[in-house]
Amino acid sequence: MPKRLPVDPSVLLILAGCVIIVAVGGIFIGNFFTSAYLLQQLQIASFLGILAAGAMLVILLGHIDLSFPWTLTGSAIIVTTIGGATSSWLQDLAIPLGLAFGLLIGLINGVVVAKLRIPSMVWTLAVNSMLLGIAIYYQGEHRPQGQAPELVKTLAVGSTFGVPNAFLTWVAVSAAVLWLIRGTRFGRLLFAIGNNEKAVFLAGARPERTIILAFALAGLLAGFVGILLAGYANQAYQGMGNPYLMPTIAAVVIGGTSILGGRGNYAGTFAGALFVTLLLSALSVIQISEATRQIIFGVLILAMLILDGLRRRDA
Amino acid sequence: MTGMDRRRRRLLLVVVALVVLFAAFILTHPRGFSVYVVTIWANQGVLLALAAIAQFFVVIVRGIDLSIGSIIALTNVAASYLVFGTPGEIAFGIVVVLALGVLCGFLNGLVVVFGRVEPIVATLATGAIYGGIALLWRPIPGGEIDDTLGDLLTYDVNGVPTSLIVLVVVLVAISIPLRRTRIGLSMLAVGSSEQSAFLTGIQVRVAKLVAYSLAGLFGALTALYIAFVTLTGDPAIGPAYTLNSIAAVVLGGVPLTGGVGAPLLAVLGALILKTISSLMFFTGIPPLAQSFFEGLVLAVAIGIGAIDALRSRSKLKVYE
Repeated sequence: MPKRLPVDPSVLLILAGCVIIVAVGGIFIGNFFTSAYLLQQLQIASFLGILAAGAMLVILLGHIDLSFPWTLTGSAIIVTTIGGATSSWLQDLAIPLGLAFGLLIGLINGVVVAKLRIPSMVWTLAVNSMLLGIAIYYQGEHRPQGQAPELVKTLAVGSTFGVPNAFLTWVAVSAAVLWLIRGTRFGRLLFAIGNNEKAVFLAGARPERTIILAFALAGLLAGFVGILLAGYANQAYQGMGNPYLMPTIAAVVIGGTSILGGRGNYAGTFAGALFVTLLLSALSVIQISEATRQIIFGVLILAMLILDGLRRRDA
Repeated sequence: MTGMDRRRRRLLLVVVALVVLFAAFILTHPRGFSVYVVTIWANQGVLLALAAIAQFFVVIVRGIDLSIGSIIALTNVAASYLVFGTPGEIAFGIVVVLALGVLCGFLNGLVVVFGRVEPIVATLATGAIYGGIALLWRPIPGGEIDDTLGDLLTYDVNGVPTSLIVLVVVLVAISIPLRRTRIGLSMLAVGSSEQSAFLTGIQVRVAKLVAYSLAGLFGALTALYIAFVTLTGDPAIGPAYTLNSIAAVVLGGVPLTGGVGAPLLAVLGALILKTISSLMFFTGIPPLAQSFFEGLVLAVAIGIGAIDALRSRSKLKVYE
C-alpha cells in the first residue's frame, strides 16, 4: 500500500496550477509578483470561496443548488435597500434580514428536495428563475437603490494588518465548515447520504434533516456572499450573482468533490476557489474578448477534470 | 400501481393538460382559432420540442446536457453563414450544420465516456466552449437564411402547420427505432442500469456516444428551425434553450434518472411549456415578471409529479 500523503494529491495538483498561473502571469504579463496583486486576489477569491463552501455541502449529498446566483442578488438588494434607509434601527436590521433571506430560500430548497424528492437541479433552477422574476419586477429596469451598511463595507473592502478582511472572513467560514464536515454527526451523514441514502435510512438516521440543513446552510452562505458583494461594490445590481454560477461549481469539482456526492475534501474546494480566481484574473488581464476567455476557461476546466479523472483511475 | 398503469396515467395527464391549455390559449387570443394563430403557436412549440428531444436522448442514458443551448447557438450561427444561395449550396450548408451538431454532441460523449467526467460538469464546460465559439464567430445577431425554404417550413399545408407535420414525422422516425433496434434498446438499458447492461454484453460506451451524438444532431435541427423562423443567426439564444429543454423533459414526465420514457412525452412537455408562455403573453402578465411565472410553472409542474413521494406507503421506496 502506498504511503498516504497528508494532503489529497489533487489539492497539490491545484496548488501547482496556482503557482504556474502566477509564475506565467508574472513573467509575461507583469504585476503578478506584487503583494498588492496577490492580496487583491485573496480578497476576490473569498467571495467565490464562501459560495463554494456552501455549494460543496449540497454537492456532497449528491444534490446541487443552482439557485444561489439570485439568492445572493436578493440578499444584496435587501441589504442595500434597508441599509440606505433613513432610520438607524432599520439600518441595523439590514444584515440580519439579508442573511435571513438566504436562509429562508435555502430552507425552502431543502424541504422541497428532502420531502418531495424533486430533483434538486430542476427545483433550484425553477427557484432561481422565480427569484430573478421577483427581483426584476420589483426593481423595474432601474438599478437597485441604497447603500451597504458600514460594517459590511469594512468586512468586504477593509483590511487588518494588511490582510483583507474578506480573506479573514473566508478563513473563519472555512474553519466552521471544516469542523462541520469533519467533526460533527451532520458531516458524517453528508458523506453517508451521498454514498447511499437508502442505507442511511435503514441504519435509523433521518436523511431528511441533514438534507434540509445542508441546503439551508448553502442558502445562508449565498446570502452572506450577497451581503459582502454589496459591501464590495457599495451597491446591488441585477445579475450580480450570474458570473459566479460556473466558477463556483468548477471550484468545488476541480477540488475533487464528486458531483455525484459522497466524496470530497474541503481543502480541495478552498484550493479550487483560489485556482479559479487566479485563472479568471489572468484571463481578464490579457486583452482578449469575453468569448475567447470563456473558451479558454472551459478548456482548462475540462483538462483539469480529465487529468484528475485519469489520476484516480490509475490509483 | 404497476409501472404500466402509472405511465398511461402520466401520458393521459400530460395530454389533458396540453388540450386544456391550448383551448385556454385559443380563447384568450384576440384573433381566436385560425390557421395563422395555430401556425405561429406550432412554430414556437416545435422549436422547443426539437430541443427537448435532444435533451431526451441524453436523459435516457442517465445523463444531462447543459451544453445543448450552446450547441443550438453555435449551429444556428453556422446556419446563418451557410444556408442560402443555390439549392446545392443550401443542401450542403444544411448537411454541414447537422454534422457540426453531431460533432459537438460526440465530443460531449467522448468527454463523458472516456474522460470519465460527470455529464453535468462536462457539458457545463463544453457548453462554455461552444458558446464562446458561437460568440466569436458572430458577435451580434445577423447573417442570412434562405427565405424560400424558411417560408416552406414555417407556413402551412392545407391549413395544417408544416412544422407540426415535420414534428410528427420526426417523432415516428425516432420512437419506433428506440424500441425496436438494438442501439435504441441499448440506450434504454444503459440508462436503466449501466452495470446490468454491461454484464449483458451491451456496448455501454457505444450506446452513450450515440445518445450524446443524437442530442447534438437534434440540437442542430432545432438551430436550423430557429434559423428558418427568424432568418438570422443569434449567438445569445443558448441559455433559455438549455433550461427549457430540461424543464420540458421533466414536465413530460421523463425521469432524470434515465432508462424510461418516450420522445412523445418530452415533446408534449415542450408544447405545454410553450403554450403556457404564450398564454401568459396574452393574459397580460407584466413582461418583467415573466421569469417568475416560468419558474413557478416549472416548480408547480414538478411538484405535482412528486406527490407520489408523499403518498408512498413504504418509506423505503422513496429512496430508490
